[in-house]
Amino acid sequence: MLKRLLAPSEARDVILVLAVSLLLWEAGVRIFQPPPLILPAPSAIVGAFLQTPGLFMRQLGFTLGMTCLGFALAVVLGVLLAVAIVSSKLLERTIYTLLVALNSIPKVALAPLFVIWMGTGTEPKVAIALMLAIFPIVIDTVLGLRSVDPDMLHLARVSRASPLAVLAKIKFPCALPSLFAGMKVGISFALVGAIVGEFVAGSKGLGFQILVAQGQFDTLGVFVCLVLLGIFGTLLFFVLDYAERLCLPWHVSQRGRHSAGD
Amino acid sequence: MPEASTFLGAAHVCLRNVGKTYASPRGPVPAVAGIDLDLGAGEFVSIVGPSGCGKSTLLKLVAGLEGLSAGEIMVDGRRIDGPPDGLGVVFQRDVLLDWRTILQNVLLSVELAGKPTDAYRERALGLLARFGLGSFEHRYPWELSGGMRQRASICRALLSDPQLLLMDEPFGALDAMTRDDLNLELARIWQETRKTLLFITHSIAEAVFLSDRVAMMGRAPGSIMEIVAIDLPRPRSLAVRESAAFSHYVAHIRHHFAELGIVKE
Ligand SMILES: Nc1ncnc2c1ncn2[C@@H]1O[C@H](COP(=O)(O)OP(=O)(O)O)[C@@H](O)[C@H]1O
Ligand SMILES: [Mg+2]
Repeated sequence: MLKRLLAPSEARDVILVLAVSLLLWEAGVRIFQPPPLILPAPSAIVGAFLQTPGLFMRQLGFTLGMTCLGFALAVVLGVLLAVAIVSSKLLERTIYTLLVALNSIPKVALAPLFVIWMGTGTEPKVAIALMLAIFPIVIDTVLGLRSVDPDMLHLARVSRASPLAVLAKIKFPCALPSLFAGMKVGISFALVGAIVGEFVAGSKGLGFQILVAQGQFDTLGVFVCLVLLGIFGTLLFFVLDYAERLCLPWHVSQRGRHSAGD
Repeated sequence: MPEASTFLGAAHVCLRNVGKTYASPRGPVPAVAGIDLDLGAGEFVSIVGPSGCGKSTLLKLVAGLEGLSAGEIMVDGRRIDGPPDGLGVVFQRDVLLDWRTILQNVLLSVELAGKPTDAYRERALGLLARFGLGSFEHRYPWELSGGMRQRASICRALLSDPQLLLMDEPFGALDAMTRDDLNLELARIWQETRKTLLFITHSIAEAVFLSDRVAMMGRAPGSIMEIVAIDLPRPRSLAVRESAAFSHYVAHIRHHFAELGIVKE
């Protein structure tokens, strides 16, 4: 999978770094023998996963579902919001200014509030994922929509283009690279949001599973969840990276990478 | 010296006492003031002046892209308050869209206007061939050189066969040889189609080579100091630049700018 998503040389580097780190970790644990409660060996983590793979995969599936749902909503709402913001001076001065200001506060602190509002089901998890992911998406998309060369807009006016045509044929394609940049940040935020949602309330997902393992001082169980999160968080990122390459073969960052992915 | 209106055809574009003052955080910025200029139908007029004297502003005013602060501009006898019909514009930066092929870029203005592009395809291909881009129609702008990109942007401006063409230092970013090529091609296409052309440049030689008349603009707020009719036979080849008459025009214009303290003699 990684090989398909990455350029051959990149895939080789990533796999090399991972393999070396794992080997060092395994060797370190065998040589220094830290208490298993502190740091288990990679082989032990794999073993623990293989004992109840179904349980872990179910929890993972739930967490990824919340993440992707929250993220998808964040993309749709984020793009609509960004378009609204660049189309209206009023919205720009109100909503956008507010968003940029709010962006710097630690939004995970709002998670308990979402539980009060929405209960302990799937809604607060999706909502928290959405809330975290939407900020980078809106802010980057607005920057992208604004990055159109003013002379291009002059040409559009000379051609008597409708605002919709300018948006669809000029501004939006021009903003796509920024949108992807925002989405790549947003997808990891969405995963954080889903986990936080499961931490504060819930009975499913890897976040919940981590809390259960913690209650039993089951370090191995926590590590299994962390490793799964690491692997699938990375995969989500690279899926977006791959989509970006498919959508933007013309962009500066992609040129000369045409052979990638096939 | 030749006077302002040596051209005898009907005026296509008239500027009367045109002025533009931009509002900026540091107060009003007068960019151009008191500009009177007539462009005859089918006439090639260049504007030369030092950078910052308001040339681009003047072009945007004629294009209806900026509102006037004073005076009026008439195109085909009608006062404009927006881009007039039958207008083509070329800017210094070619502003081609990177995700469109050269052909799709040339068709963009028609597409933006909501017209069906099929009707213009043949014409677009013909223009591209005309400008030596025949085998590049399906290439992307970033695969082309600066000169080719600017050729494509000229094709885009010519696509709907506008009667009025405005060009803002279109060859300013090109190397000298490419610039010579494009000067020749522009002169040739103008000779054939006889569009009214307002051409902005800071190269005196380029202006003299291409134009029927050259208008000199002074420091901001820019106004037109003098207009020189260029009485060189057409069609002109690059060799005309070695003629005594050509050198005389260039020297005259340079001398004028020197008197204003804009260039050193
Ligand atoms: N949109 C604008 N807002 C404020 N000042 C401007 C604007 N556009 C141009 N100017 C100012 O007007 C003057 C003329 O600019 P411009 O027309 O671009 O000159 P040129 O094309 O001859 O270099 C300059 O001093 C410039 O700073
Ligand atoms: Mg300029």
